Amino acid sequence: MSKEMVLVDDKGKRIDGRTSEESREIKIEAGVLKNADGSAYVEIGKNKVLAAVYGPRECHPRHLQNPTKAIVQCKYNMQAYSVDDRKRPGTDRRSIEISKIVSEALENVVLTGLYPRASIDVYIEILQANAGTRCAGLTAASVALADAGIPMKDIVASMAAGKADGHVLLDLNKEEDNFGEADVPMAIVPSTGEIVLLQMDGNMTREEFDRAIELGVGGCKKIYELQKDALKRRYSAEEAEEEDDSDEQ
Amino acid sequence: MSSKIISEIRRDYIVNQLKEGKRTDGRGLKDVREIKYEINLIETADGSAKVSYGDTTVIAGIKIMPGTPFADKPESGVLTTGAELIPLAHSSFESGPPGEDAIELARVVDRGIRESGMIDVDKLCITPGQEVWMCYVDIYVTDYDGNLFDACNLAAVLAIRNAVIPGKRYDKGDDVPLPVTCTPVSVTFAKIGNDLIVDPNFDEENIASARLTVTTDDNGNFRAMQKGGQGSISLDELSACLDMSVETGVEIRKIIE
Repeated sequence: MSKEMVLVDDKGKRIDGRTSEESREIKIEAGVLKNADGSAYVEIGKNKVLAAVYGPRECHPRHLQNPTKAIVQCKYNMQAYSVDDRKRPGTDRRSIEISKIVSEALENVVLTGLYPRASIDVYIEILQANAGTRCAGLTAASVALADAGIPMKDIVASMAAGKADGHVLLDLNKEEDNFGEADVPMAIVPSTGEIVLLQMDGNMTREEFDRAIELGVGGCKKIYELQKDALKRRYSAEEAEEEDDSDEQ
Repeated sequence: MSSKIISEIRRDYIVNQLKEGKRTDGRGLKDVREIKYEINLIETADGSAKVSYGDTTVIAGIKIMPGTPFADKPESGVLTTGAELIPLAHSSFESGPPGEDAIELARVVDRGIRESGMIDVDKLCITPGQEVWMCYVDIYVTDYDGNLFDACNLAAVLAIRNAVIPGKRYDKGDDVPLPVTCTPVSVTFAKIGNDLIVDPNFDEENIASARLTVTTDDNGNFRAMQKGGQGSISLDELSACLDMSVETGVEIRKIIE
């Protein structure tokens, strides 16, 4: 791809036809796996992400146990075929960093004091990547935690904003991420507006950054509604099944 | 799979049901669970498939790229198969490099594909001795309820059958379908007491004394086998397994045609 590639045209339209304030298409489903205590599947544009929660359960390795509260251990993993050039299986420095900040974001909302010494294990698998996987992963992980019935003060919603061709944009796609000027992934606790995950790389003025936060927070709020909707659908489906069962008896 | 505990009462229930020719999930001894599949669900892969055998679900993805051939086969493409038992799939799976179960699983799937000649590796040469297409088959288990061998084999086979060599991406000609010659299908048996059952689920697999996986091709010839577990299999039992693997293979091919 050439450097002169136009990411935002003179009418403000992006290469996938979105405006600067628009996110990609979002699909969230709760309770998609049988074995996991809670699970979720999320699609944001071409990102496809699966998250599972196990726990609270015994903490391994033991030296990580905290006698006063549970710890949230998240493992973010990109599958080999999820990117253009095959990714060698196994952890790398990037996935370790993402796992750490996602764990910390989730630990903020989980009522960890209820489970001393325990571990709440969260697994995020990226099936298909197209920029914004950490946000999609965190969004999925929050739904999976709620699906597992883990007590939380709220669910975390996450989305990135960024800058390409001098425009501040919500939810960068792969081309905008690769050839744009900045990327600002963030996550908030929607009920309070607190920021629990924030990263930034690139080059932005103060005005641009403020705008990015404004867009990102708006995106997170939209995600939040869809997360709640997915959980409601999951439990209304379960209720309907239970009613069917009682009809049969 | 080691160190998974099945309660004594559950074990007795399964064994007693088998004495009456029944299985706890309502199947007959020779029945395979419902097979579901979805093809090319991963756009970043050059071929992909998701396969479920009942509550066991796996995803296989193919990546094809140019690479250096092996010195002893300078004109043949290279097949590499990997399987990951990710902790998302079951509470007994741990993160980290593949353990012995994952390695055995990948090697058995690899053997079925390689020995059946499913991928025509001689057609994968770009420049003899210099450059050939490398096929990476990566399989991830996402939900585990027994019989990973057959689910992973079928997912790999479906992904390969629908894979495309990305010639354009690497400036090596057009995008063409990966050359495929046949469809190897594996059938796995578990031995519990003196009973042989097809497609064991998690509980059955964990109380079984022995396991046998048989891979057949479209002509009903045998292409790969693997016996597992500490128990033994008699010659008569082996013979019965071979017959059943051909019959079941025909049924599974009907589902995926």
